[in-house]
Amino acid sequence: MVERYVMSIDQGTMSTRCILFDHQGRLVSVGQREHEQYFARPGWAEHDPTEIWSHLRRVVVPRALEGAGIRPEQIAAIGIANQRETTVVWDRRTGVPVGHAITWQDTRTSGYVEELRRTTGDDFFLERCGLSPTTYFSAPRLRWLFDHVDGLRERAGRGEVLFGTMESWLIWNLTGGPDGGLHLTDATNASRTMLMNIRSLTWDDELLAYFDVPRAMLPEIRSSAERYGTARALLPDVPICAALGDQQAALFGQTCFAPGEAKCTYGTGSFLLVNTGTELVRSRHGLLTTVGYKVGGEPTVYALEGPIAVTGSLVQWFRDRLGLIHSAPEIETLARGVEDNGGCYIVPAFSGLFAPHWRSDARGVIVGLTSYITKGHLARAVLEATGWQTREVVDAVNADSPRPLRQLKVDGGMTSNNLLMQFLADVLDMPVVRPMVSETVSLGAAYAAGLASGYWPDLEGLRRNWHRAAQWMPTMDPARREAEYESWRRAVERSLGWAGP
Amino acid sequence: MAGPVQSIERAAAILRLLAQGSGRLSLGEVAASLGLAKGTAHGILRTLQSVDFVEQDKATGKYQLGAALLHLGTSYLDINELRSRSINWTDALAARSGEAVRLGVPLEGKVLIVHHVFRPDDTFQTLDVGSLLPLHASALGKILLAYGTTPLEPLMESALENYTRYTLDSPQQLSRALAEIRDTGWAFSAQEMMMGEAGVAAPIRGQGGLVVGAVGISGAMDRLCDTKGRPLGSLVGLTRDAARAISRDLGAARW
Ligand SMILES: Nc1ncnc2c1ncn2[C@@H]1O[C@H](COP(=O)(O)OP(=O)(O)OP(=O)(O)O)[C@@H](O)[C@H]1O
Ligand SMILES: [Mg+2]
Repeated sequence: MVERYVMSIDQGTMSTRCILFDHQGRLVSVGQREHEQYFARPGWAEHDPTEIWSHLRRVVVPRALEGAGIRPEQIAAIGIANQRETTVVWDRRTGVPVGHAITWQDTRTSGYVEELRRTTGDDFFLERCGLSPTTYFSAPRLRWLFDHVDGLRERAGRGEVLFGTMESWLIWNLTGGPDGGLHLTDATNASRTMLMNIRSLTWDDELLAYFDVPRAMLPEIRSSAERYGTARALLPDVPICAALGDQQAALFGQTCFAPGEAKCTYGTGSFLLVNTGTELVRSRHGLLTTVGYKVGGEPTVYALEGPIAVTGSLVQWFRDRLGLIHSAPEIETLARGVEDNGGCYIVPAFSGLFAPHWRSDARGVIVGLTSYITKGHLARAVLEATGWQTREVVDAVNADSPRPLRQLKVDGGMTSNNLLMQFLADVLDMPVVRPMVSETVSLGAAYAAGLASGYWPDLEGLRRNWHRAAQWMPTMDPARREAEYESWRRAVERSLGWAGP
Repeated sequence: MAGPVQSIERAAAILRLLAQGSGRLSLGEVAASLGLAKGTAHGILRTLQSVDFVEQDKATGKYQLGAALLHLGTSYLDINELRSRSINWTDALAARSGEAVRLGVPLEGKVLIVHHVFRPDDTFQTLDVGSLLPLHASALGKILLAYGTTPLEPLMESALENYTRYTLDSPQQLSRALAEIRDTGWAFSAQEMMMGEAGVAAPIRGQGGLVVGAVGISGAMDRLCDTKGRPLGSLVGLTRDAARAISRDLGAARW
């Protein structure tokens, strides 16, 4: 019998990956390609959806197939994970996007968001979608497009243009595009739009009316793991069986299936999610309530989430904008050249601060500069910023939850940085554990798809695939930890309000 | 005997040209100075750029000597980058082989462990990134010696330290073992550093095929070897596959 595999597609902020996994959940091959980042104005951040689809089709999927030396018939199922909240609108007839996709990092809607918080208040939104308004979510962006693209609202009302996040865009194209493409999303992605009712998992009439979004343009909300249909382009007849937001996919890939289990993924930003079971928990400490996953007809599993906007992207900024390193991992080499941060702290509030502060008026600061500071100290401060931002979110989780975290499961590109992982264990004062697949986003999408297609029988089987690849134990002196945390807090205070109200 | 390779001669001329004067030249200037067609000069410059011997200024498009030329003798691959680029493949190797995986590069006459993946049995293990292994008594080290990643001479001039009765402690034994490694493309160590412990390793190649490090598995003799004390073919295959996958990611074309 020929060996069969599950394919995951991870459409991320920086790049798109396609990874094939075997029956034991082991990585077999990878295809990856970065796409262009468009920063047309301060605060804007866009992607070209056509470029992303074309990379997937021409480069990313073919490379993964080639690397494994297999044919499409050997793929049991496709699962898709994606950057969340990023808003794509396209013409149903031609398949041409209306402008670029507006990404989750884009803050152009900040004025509008402030206004609706002032006039309507958070509760109206919290009760319905579990989120308070920020520039992070999709609905304000859709509203912005209606207000700035002539005739778009009318065309949307007539169903001539479609809305979706990246998974919707890719699934629509994979299943035929203008020629009968399926227009759907899953509950995890829909839970980030501010348009879905968090309890019923359906589009919420009052929210649609509030943002003036016509139903005709919206994708159908499906579960995260079920057979949606088969691909036509690129991978003919292969079933597409899962879609999840990348962070929820990572929760699934880390097999955090029980309430209280948590993971943090370290990529462009970092995102800590805690499974809260079928219970919908409202945070009192700055975390979001979100759909964790929904497998077929089974009850919805919810999660609390602490998103951190800038972590890996700070390293990228250090590399590309300051030019102090050639590759992201080199930051560890530079940072190890010095003993400590030399008293220097960087708060990377490039687009405000996300959890647990939620301050759109914060901007980045570097404090504690003296003539003693070298680029090595700055490199330390860059890495430490990720550690302290995680600490703040973990503190919020522990304040909200009856079950305090005892260890942190981590994944993502930054987990190859040993200095950072040790620092993380030190500031959290708990073990930090990396599983044997650090591409956990992809693994989670594969798991969900494999589950829906019968490639894997059940969640317990998936759990047995999880193994510890590395572990870092805390070693920092408690007094030093407290003193450093205090300095970090004071640095954060200085970042607040910099951009004005 | 084959004559000189024209493109290499031209590449050398371009480097000499860039090393003279202001050292920042446009494509047109390079082509004109050497009497080359622009397309030819461009192809060579692009190749030199890909190996970091030449850099192109983003704003002006002009070419200059690359930083890598100043450090020709030192390793051009940052160890943290090596770990980052290997991590997917070392994870998969540990998962497939059921053994711990380590990645080593030379440091001052030893093997420096730059990456370590636990044996996937969820027992308590500690990371030993940063620790050192002897070159002549580990599979990783023998790879680094066999492929010239680190010089053999200093080792041959001093006495080879004896760890067990299986340690290769004479220069003849070691030379023979290294020749065999170059023949087969992989290394094996059986109880050469510690009784009961074995290791299998293979070379990681960078651009142009240069060996920049070694990746290997290690564990109990009775798991890694057959009854004759030879390593299991399947484990050797997995290790070599992982080394090839990493090499491909680093830009080694043929491996
Ligand atoms: N060794 C390292 N040390 C520090 N940062 C690193 C290291 N390696 C990668 N990074 C950072 O991690 C990020 C890449 O990680 P990863 O590949 O998981 O993200 P990603 O999936 O591309 O992000 P996204 O899904 O948002 O596109 C980059 O921002 C990079 O700067
Ligand atoms: Mg990602």
